[in-house]
Amino acid sequence: MIELEGLTKRYGEKLAVNNLTFAVRPGIVTGFLGPNGAGKSTTMRMILGLDRPTAGDVRIDGKHYDRLKDPLTYIGALLEAKAWHPGRSAYNHLLCLAQSNGIPASRVREVLETVGLSGVARKKTKGFSMGMGQRLGIAAALLGDPRIVMFDEPVNGLDPEGIHWIRTLMKSLAAQGRTVFVSSHLMSEMALTADHLVVIGQGRLLADTSMADFIAQNSRSYIRIRTPQRERLLDVLHGAGITVVETGGGMLEVDGGKPERIGELAAQHQIVLHELSPQQASLEEAFMRLTAESVEYHAHADAPARQWGDDWQKGS
Amino acid sequence: MAAAQVIRSEWTKIRSVASTVWTLSLAVVVTLALGMLISALSKNEFDKMSARDRTDFDPTFISFAGMSLGQLAMIVFGVLVVSNEYSTGMIRSSLAAVPQRGTFLFSKIAVATGLALVVGMATSFAAFFLGQAMLGEHRAHISDTGVLRAVLGGGLYMTLIAMFSMGVAVMLRSPMLSLGILMPFFFLISNILGNVDATKKVGRFLPDQAGSKIMQVVTPVDDDTPYGPWGGLGIMALWVLVVIAGGYALLKKRDA
Repeated sequence: MIELEGLTKRYGEKLAVNNLTFAVRPGIVTGFLGPNGAGKSTTMRMILGLDRPTAGDVRIDGKHYDRLKDPLTYIGALLEAKAWHPGRSAYNHLLCLAQSNGIPASRVREVLETVGLSGVARKKTKGFSMGMGQRLGIAAALLGDPRIVMFDEPVNGLDPEGIHWIRTLMKSLAAQGRTVFVSSHLMSEMALTADHLVVIGQGRLLADTSMADFIAQNSRSYIRIRTPQRERLLDVLHGAGITVVETGGGMLEVDGGKPERIGELAAQHQIVLHELSPQQASLEEAFMRLTAESVEYHAHADAPARQWGDDWQKGS
Repeated sequence: MAAAQVIRSEWTKIRSVASTVWTLSLAVVVTLALGMLISALSKNEFDKMSARDRTDFDPTFISFAGMSLGQLAMIVFGVLVVSNEYSTGMIRSSLAAVPQRGTFLFSKIAVATGLALVVGMATSFAAFFLGQAMLGEHRAHISDTGVLRAVLGGGLYMTLIAMFSMGVAVMLRSPMLSLGILMPFFFLISNILGNVDATKKVGRFLPDQAGSKIMQVVTPVDDDTPYGPWGGLGIMALWVLVVIAGGYALLKKRDA
């Protein structure tokens, strides 16, 4: 169990994490979702006691991180950036972490086996690919057989096989009753692994909900219609008691309902249809809507392009 | 957190990177080679020296001449032991494993200092005996007054230089910045300040100037240094204490 209470981090003027309060519960995978720069990594570093909160509090099984005896046996973490010496072998990297927490060397060999790095255990990590690096980070997280694991963007840079492996691993860790907290900026990734969702944007909590609820609330299905005889079709559908929304570009949308019924009505009244298609709003769109207000780095496609020499022409 | 666990962990860290081996072996080789060379040259010069220079002739101190360069490798050792953590990102793994930052820092410094002490002492004794062998009939003996103190002091000097570098590296974090300040300081600036009359009185309170007093056996006739060999080493130890305390204070409050 990880509990955050009013957790806040300020860098100068900027609030990177703004008054976050939520709990991460055992036995399920909790997804930590937010656009890039939302404050996910900062939050995770504060959970580990690496960054000092400006205000608020975070506790691991009721204790502050630095009060945990042998913390790697409570919580294991994979952080986003590389966190090892490239000149040290994978085995020695894990061994020094194990020794500092009183974990036996036999456990180092076990986790190397689990993540599939036994063959390169004695090699310096500087030659490791991105995927091997992720596996080493995960080995370090699993080292203390912790009740809580935390992964920051674990699928970044992995090949499809590696992604599948991590998804399966996270689910099996949760099934063993562990607390699994995983961050991502991709809704699609979360939809596949997470049971619960915590969404943040610009450091603020936007949603703390079960995945099932999130899907139910956000996956709108509708029917999209295009027709050159817009007015007639609108009359016909109104007559049949079907609510239509005009969405511009000559498109009509009907929430719910069956495409068969609309097709039959159109045929009866000899109305030409160019398109009649059932649509499902994706979770990705729902996530974008939720975080639209808070996206840190908008791509301003509509911003007027500045001309070269503008500043110069303004003169002084 | 049992400190013994962390010390074992730091020992694994220090023995499993190549920089430990090359910096320390460089310190040994450079100190010995240069010490022997200068001892041999001094022997040949002796007959041409004035009477005054002959009374000031300090065979023990001459055999440690290589330390002026060898200490630079010790500085690199001290800097890298600490700043490796930052330049590689290892610090995040380290502090997640050992969140008590004092335990982490002092275990690391203890292990690196222990290693520097062993290497420093061995180097100092070897530099002395090899240097004396080169000096031939002008040699000093280990049983002469003050000589054993100077040789032990040479080992302590090397150790304190490494510790001073560790403290600076904890404060600055970046290896390039730390080396960029320490190397010219100890190789050039301190020497200049110590040899120019106007700054001599200040210069001799710098860590290396004060600390190297312990390696002197013969005090030059017009010497007016206000401290003795152990006093000098004490001044150097104070410097070390200050930078390590500063490093600890910074490490404790800043984000990793």
